[in-house]
Amino acid sequence: MFELFTSAFWSEYGRLLLEGCGDTLLMTLFSTLFAYLLGLPLGVLLVLTGDHGILRTQQTDPVLSRLVHLVNRILGWVINVGRSLPFIILMVCVMPLTKWLVGTKIGVLGAIPPLVISAAPFIARMVESSLSEVDSGTVEAAQSMGASVWQIVWKVYLPEAVPSLILGGSISIITILAYTAIAGAIGAGGLGDLAIRYGYQRREDSMMWVTVVFLLILVQCIQSLFSRLSVHLDKRLR
Amino acid sequence: MNHPIIQIQHLTKTFGSGETAVHALEDINLDIFPGEIYGIIGLSGAGKSTLVRCMNLLETPTSGTVLVDGQDMTRLSGRALRQARRNVTMIFQSFNLLMQRSCLKNVCFPMELCGIPSAQAKRRAMELLELVGLADKANAYPAQLSGGQKQRVAIARALATDPKVLLCDEATSALDPTTTASILSLLKQLNQTLGVTVVVITHQMQVIEEICSRVAILDGGSVAEQGVVQDIFSNPTTDAARRLVYPNGVRTDHIPSASRAVRISFNGGTVYQPLISSLAIDCGVKVSILAADTRSINGHAFGTMLLSLPEDANEAAKALNYIHSQHNITAEEVEYRV
Ligand SMILES: Nc1ncnc2c1ncn2[C@@H]1O[C@H](COP(=O)(O)OP(=O)(O)OP(=O)(O)O)[C@@H](O)[C@H]1O
Ligand SMILES: [Mg+2]
Repeated sequence: MFELFTSAFWSEYGRLLLEGCGDTLLMTLFSTLFAYLLGLPLGVLLVLTGDHGILRTQQTDPVLSRLVHLVNRILGWVINVGRSLPFIILMVCVMPLTKWLVGTKIGVLGAIPPLVISAAPFIARMVESSLSEVDSGTVEAAQSMGASVWQIVWKVYLPEAVPSLILGGSISIITILAYTAIAGAIGAGGLGDLAIRYGYQRREDSMMWVTVVFLLILVQCIQSLFSRLSVHLDKRLR
Repeated sequence: MNHPIIQIQHLTKTFGSGETAVHALEDINLDIFPGEIYGIIGLSGAGKSTLVRCMNLLETPTSGTVLVDGQDMTRLSGRALRQARRNVTMIFQSFNLLMQRSCLKNVCFPMELCGIPSAQAKRRAMELLELVGLADKANAYPAQLSGGQKQRVAIARALATDPKVLLCDEATSALDPTTTASILSLLKQLNQTLGVTVVVITHQMQVIEEICSRVAILDGGSVAEQGVVQDIFSNPTTDAARRLVYPNGVRTDHIPSASRAVRISFNGGTVYQPLISSLAIDCGVKVSILAADTRSINGHAFGTMLLSLPEDANEAAKALNYIHSQHNITAEEVEYRV
């Protein structure tokens, strides 16, 4: 344990840890980005097609209204399936797709598709809950002023939900960060990979503790950064 | 008068169907004329919000037509409907401002929606904020404002598209009496200076008395009475109207049995005649007041009193004659249940 403070430890593992950190950050960053590209529109669609969603309430044609309801049901079902699959299983399941998409099943690149696929449904639900917090009266006011659905999404739902979306964002990133550690188990690299290979398989305790501390610091930084940002941007708190 | 700006014909609205159907509105007919301040009053659940939401088609009527400026709103959809809604804007009890936008940006919002260039929108928004007396709060956020100030911003926002009609759904119900009065006088002022037609939805009598020229009383989804405010309030003829005019009901437990009663109305004299005392002095007849509700509407005295007549038929006749001879007072003998 005390070898942690020796320069020998750092000269041997420093580079490795730095690379691990970088890999973890890369995986987390890109997966979050792509997962939001998928999850955000899905979450918006969930709200719009929900029972009190504007696509339902402003649809006078009963056939179209039922169609909208059906879309909502199917979407909800697909999202629930995605969320109930354990990540490690999903990762193995989508390997052919991963190979086809990014050309490899392993490494940082190979981890991103499964991370995106498993995080997107989660993010869709987070976005749905954030947007549901937007006061329905505000949405109605926008409708009464002649706003289109598109305008309501871009000018009411998303801007009004920004503080909540950012808090949701921190939860999503931290969840994805935790998943990268699991992905590490099947050769994705990153801090999780180091913890398993050195900490667990080679029983080098100090290496395990260092990765744990690194992850802890990362989580702390992300959380406090996003919390501050959310408070800073929330105009209701002035 | 000229053509109605809002004409509602045989409007019905039913929520749900079958056993659980709620008939929120049944055969509503209303004409609202340009430049007037029209009141719609009713108790909770009477269908006021549903009615006003049918006027800009936030609620789709089950049947009937809603003509705004001659255009049938129920036939519009999509872009045409959104365009038409800019002519009939709305303010709400809960203000419904965008909390993440400054006041100025809130007022710009409807102009943004119809693609007015931002510089031009800002200029107009500043003018509107000045009009409602909040130019100094342009860069403040709604959370920093009082309820009355928020409603002023909401009014400025509602006026941004130069609407012909401003719908106010319980716009003062969340405000204290002083703030209510200031918002009402602002609405009256805007009505006079801009000529915008104002439709006021409320359950508060004072609101109607304060600013409306005509009123419809909504009860259980249909119009119980409609007409000039003074007529309806000085002489309510339906139960629904009486319930609103005498919200606490008329107490009957202290009335001597078998009493004859007379309902008198003060119809706009400048002062209340000291009727009761002059009855006693001039005719030597003593009457007691069973119920009274008097108010001042647009600077004139209006009100209703219910007097019990003496049991002696001669004295009663004398009193009735005396009352009938007074100016600005109408009297009607009423059957009074004990
Ligand atoms: N979306 C809806 N679905 C089902 N019933 C509804 C709906 N909206 C209103 N109602 C019913 O219609 C009736 C009239 O409601 P409305 O909101 O118009 O009353 P109101 O006069 O505005 O009352 P308040 O003074 O409480 O605002 C009520 O019985 C209400 O329960
Ligand atoms: Mg209401």
